[in-house]
Amino acid sequence: MDDDAVFAALADPTRRALLDRLRETSGQALSELCDGLQMTRQAVAKHLGVLEAANLVAVRRQGREKLHFLNPVPIQGIAERWIAKFQERQLAALSALKAALETDPPQKRRP
Amino acid sequence: MAESTFLYVTFIRATPEALWRALTDTDFIPQWWMGVRAETDWTVGGAWKLVFPDGRVADTGEVLEFEPPKRLAIKWRNEFRPELKEEGWSHCLFELEPQGEAVKLTVTHSAPRAGSKLIEAVSGGWPQILSNLKSLIETGKALVPQRTAEPADA
Repeated sequence: MDDDAVFAALADPTRRALLDRLRETSGQALSELCDGLQMTRQAVAKHLGVLEAANLVAVRRQGREKLHFLNPVPIQGIAERWIAKFQERQLAALSALKAALETDPPQKRRP
Repeated sequence: MAESTFLYVTFIRATPEALWRALTDTDFIPQWWMGVRAETDWTVGGAWKLVFPDGRVADTGEVLEFEPPKRLAIKWRNEFRPELKEEGWSHCLFELEPQGEAVKLTVTHSAPRAGSKLIEAVSGGWPQILSNLKSLIETGKALVPQRTAEPADA
């Protein structure tokens, strides 16, 4: 897979927002993905095209609709390339700790 | 849309025939499925079962489609986590399409309900299993030969 295409696709906040929406609900039509975005349909379609070219989004036809799915493969490739296997457990523990600390109301931690 | 879907699209440098063999040869499957065995004779309508290295049954189901070297579909139910078993059937489809020197492998695992816990669980498991498969086919080595901990997913 072309790493440059993946990083270029991820460098844009709108495209990351589209990936977030697909992560929440995978398998959405263009019209659903346009909902609530201050952007023309054409602009959203163009962003989706960039994501699709980078294999971050996969498209399936279902009847008359074209549904967009998040494809985890390129990001998994990035993780496997730079995160050694043996570090995974420690990193998961650290990231769980960070999440716990950040979601805890601050007053609880400062008595 | 009351459906939960996990989709995975990867490109593997192999022929469709070689990838098909890797996906369906029950002697070869444990090498990339981290020790998990598949028990089936791949007859359409016949039983299909996944078994953990320690002998516990992971998942059961039925072969729905078997079209070498293009399409393999399995009716699939989890067996080892009661809350997932309760959810009932899911559908797992493997599609192989030649693309130049590689094969585009699309795995679609879906369940006919919103917010499926089973689909959430397999979404964590499939990437590791399928990346193992790719690595094994392309380099002859799996990344993770066997599950080291309690399986956290289907």
